[in-house]
Amino acid sequence: MTAYFSDFDNLPLNQSTLRASALTCVRGERTLFTDLDLQVSAGEWLHIRGENGIGKTSLLRLLAGLTAPAAGSISWNDQSIVADASEYHRNLLFLGHRDSLKEDLTAFENLSIVTALDGVTVSEDEILFALHRFGLRGREDLPVNCLSAGQKRRVLLARLLLRKAKLWILDEPFNALDVRAVEMLSELIGEHIAAGGMAIMTSHQEIPMPNGRVVQL
Amino acid sequence: MSALLAVIRRDLLLVMRRKSEVLTILFFFVIVTSLFPLGIGADTALLRKIAPGVIWVTALLSTMLGLQRLFASDFADGTLEQMALSPTPLTLLVGGKIAAHWLVCGLPLVLLAPVIGLQFDLDASTLGTFILALLIGTPILSLIGAIGAALTLGVRGGGVLLSLLVLPLYIPVLIFGAGAVYAQSVGLDVGGHFSVLAALLVLALFFAPWATTAAVRIAIE
Repeated sequence: MTAYFSDFDNLPLNQSTLRASALTCVRGERTLFTDLDLQVSAGEWLHIRGENGIGKTSLLRLLAGLTAPAAGSISWNDQSIVADASEYHRNLLFLGHRDSLKEDLTAFENLSIVTALDGVTVSEDEILFALHRFGLRGREDLPVNCLSAGQKRRVLLARLLLRKAKLWILDEPFNALDVRAVEMLSELIGEHIAAGGMAIMTSHQEIPMPNGRVVQL
Repeated sequence: MSALLAVIRRDLLLVMRRKSEVLTILFFFVIVTSLFPLGIGADTALLRKIAPGVIWVTALLSTMLGLQRLFASDFADGTLEQMALSPTPLTLLVGGKIAAHWLVCGLPLVLLAPVIGLQFDLDASTLGTFILALLIGTPILSLIGAIGAALTLGVRGGGVLLSLLVLPLYIPVLIFGAGAVYAQSVGLDVGGHFSVLAALLVLALFFAPWATTAAVRIAIE
């Protein structure tokens, strides 16, 4: 578990801040939440909690810039995320609840495509290392549709190792994972936070990690 | 740029893993165009006359078949979301997907055209014109079709709606594509037809990726 975060590029880490003010989210006819303010800075993480259907996923999609809020604004380092989308997306890693894996491709191929989309160049060894670290040794060349739900999830999580993003937005990251993988992921998120990264997560479980705040919807 | 190539490579790889989908489209093209000579019989003069129209219409329909799978699976599994979140502009990635669609559903039709043309008793110079017209025309079909495919994402019964949306927009390509081949076969000048086709291609290259991206963004909201 060493320093793979060492080469965060450009910006000094401790200055990064994601700030949302007076957010209102409307889906269809329903208003999910109004006037929500939140802020997360380097070395902190947020735990979004609330009952099913209250708008946790919608909030994460707003924060990722996938949907536009009905009212309010979101800024990354005091720049609106809409105005400077490509800079924001360079710093963001979003894992939604859909897996975005191609069933016909192998775990290795999936990861190498995802990293190309992320605009990072990684060597084959780095991809293999990430897969091995998540316990997928010997499964690299299997089509993803031969993997179990938990293993698919692990392929996705291997991406966290390959992409040096400062802000992680993770929707239910602990779903479908076994005890060992949950430990590994918590450790990984812990390291990320400790190295000055930031994370926003939804989860129905308690997450025992320092520097976290709970946002109750 | 590397992201663009990665998208093309990925889409081609996916096609290779599931060849049946593409082969269906090609067989459709071959079979439908072969039915006409069989149905009409050995009236070579008539066959030569209907060849441009028949082959072009079948090409339009074959391209349509491939359109439904252009964005649907990427939309369903969340890949389009990840593309929208990529630091690479979404327009470029969408352009890559359209290029891959043409390589899979357009280019093979161009390559098959000479064989199909033989069934209609077309001579060498007409076949040459035909290949050139298809080479310019089929990318337009992929580009325009992509807009329709993106607009019908997530719509129930999207397949039928897609045809209704896209086929009328294919009409100019059909008219000038088939017109060029017909003009060549009767010894007229084909320059005008090709100029219009090329202009359509330039227009489509410029506007279609942009319009498709806008439609994709609406779909993932």
